[in-house]
Amino acid sequence: MIRRKLEENFFRVLMVLATILVTGSFFLIVGTILYRGVPFMTWDMVSKIPGGGFYIGKEGGVLNAIVGSLYVAGGATILGLFISIPVAIYINMYLGGRTWLANALRIAFDVLFGIPSIVYGAFGFLIMVYFGIRASLLGGIVAVTLLVIPILVRTLDEVIRTVPRELRDATSALGATRWETAKVVIRQIRPGVFTAILLSFGRAVGDVASVLFTAGFSDNIPTSLHQPTATLPLAIFFQLGSPVAEVQGRAYASALILTIIVLIITVLSSILAKQFSKNTSR
Amino acid sequence: MTSLRLLKDKIYAKIMLIFTILSVAVVLVVGIGLYLKSVPVLNKLSLYTLLTSSVWKPLKGLFGFFPFIMGTLWVTGIAIIIALPLCLLTSFYITEYAPKRIKRILVPFVNLLSGIPPVIFGVWGVLFIVPLIQDHIAPHFVEFSTGYSVLAGGIVLAVMIFPLIVSIICEVLNTIPRDLKDASLALGATKWETIRKVSLRKAKPGIIAATVLAVSRAFGETIAVLMVCGNTAEVPHSVFDAGYPLPALIANNYGEMLSIPMYDSALMFAAFLLFIIILLFNIISRVILARLERRLAL
Repeated sequence: MIRRKLEENFFRVLMVLATILVTGSFFLIVGTILYRGVPFMTWDMVSKIPGGGFYIGKEGGVLNAIVGSLYVAGGATILGLFISIPVAIYINMYLGGRTWLANALRIAFDVLFGIPSIVYGAFGFLIMVYFGIRASLLGGIVAVTLLVIPILVRTLDEVIRTVPRELRDATSALGATRWETAKVVIRQIRPGVFTAILLSFGRAVGDVASVLFTAGFSDNIPTSLHQPTATLPLAIFFQLGSPVAEVQGRAYASALILTIIVLIITVLSSILAKQFSKNTSR
Repeated sequence: MTSLRLLKDKIYAKIMLIFTILSVAVVLVVGIGLYLKSVPVLNKLSLYTLLTSSVWKPLKGLFGFFPFIMGTLWVTGIAIIIALPLCLLTSFYITEYAPKRIKRILVPFVNLLSGIPPVIFGVWGVLFIVPLIQDHIAPHFVEFSTGYSVLAGGIVLAVMIFPLIVSIICEVLNTIPRDLKDASLALGATKWETIRKVSLRKAKPGIIAATVLAVSRAFGETIAVLMVCGNTAEVPHSVFDAGYPLPALIANNYGEMLSIPMYDSALMFAAFLLFIIILLFNIISRVILARLERRLAL
């Protein structure tokens, strides 16, 4: 009896320790980034492009990467939405949502979600070589769009599924076609669409393997789709290896900026998701 | 009027069908595209040579992927060995022991962790894990290590897959019927005994699915691992040796791959290999999970 009690307590302690380690790793990461990044955070960092070359120049900041990231992630999310809203509607409204085909499609998108970004990047690079496109903002946006479509589709799909069956039935009973019903449903899930946008943007803004081949890198802010662009993750990745302390500092500051952006997005999306689930449970 | 509306409905249906087919077909197109690109190297060297040779001399047209495959396996193996027990214990704590109040604090942090981008994990690895290994862990075991090792890669990867494993296992554990656990507890079993003999057994398919999914995520993770792994094309013999996983190989060499003959083909073969393995693993785990979900819906 005592042995069993001991065993119980032993594993309980082990579980608490494991939980502390798992959740604590978050603080360890954010703490490290804050500790190294804060000393380099100046107004210049977010308001100027790097001076004298991103790898050796000591002047300036990472505005090129911030703007580039917003362009790439924003462009990919918008492009992705145009594709994934119709797909999510099709799965739920036209395929009935619960048929085997709809479920097979869901698994397919889950599988797509699991494909690593380096494969999308390599594939995007292949396409660009094939069509003779140089590494550019456009290339980056296309590669990242491939990456975010599965996230958008699956999130929108989950959201549409929370719309009460009765609402759809009522619309159909009034003689609406499936497309007209879909329009009603879309109006109903607007906050959910916003959650999907945030999730997709969050993934897109932080990914580097997909833009490594496709977006190129530039010290300037791109003014057209065909110019190469920097992104924050690329700026971190490239500048961290520099022998110049100031440039390394730019990498730390970029890491801090990226972390802050991503954390804000994650918090916002979970708040939104919570509110949304409150709405539908009523 | 009605016919116009019906026509509209049909047109939109067709458009959406096309979008759906196109976006799912990405899997096929990626697979075929990568395969076609890797045909030249497959024609020159046999699949067996590619997978088992350790000679990596792109300039001489020799492409042996064995060191890279081993690098991937080492890093992934270490990550799973670290992450799985920790995540199991954490999931049990969250679902069975934690009071609601603590649970409400814990779960959001797991979510936040999953939102952190790979490159940040990489920076953390370089600034925290690598020095930790170099100064505090490695000296106890080997004479010298730079810290850039498969162990560093494994630890960083483990932290990256924490949220994935915890969230799936928690979900699976929550689906285990209350009655089963109550029956065990009523017979006098302790909570831990109930976990070990009832929950663990019942959750087995879900745990396997989560692990397979985590393995495939670890296989494909590029940047974070690349930054801490050392990247030397040799088979690692201890956890303190540097390794060179497949995704890192692709990411590091795309710049020069067009200037050396066959090099691009060899790298695309690496991407194809990754793609096929990850595709298989993903399909297996997703089918298991979908089946679990369906059984629950009934």
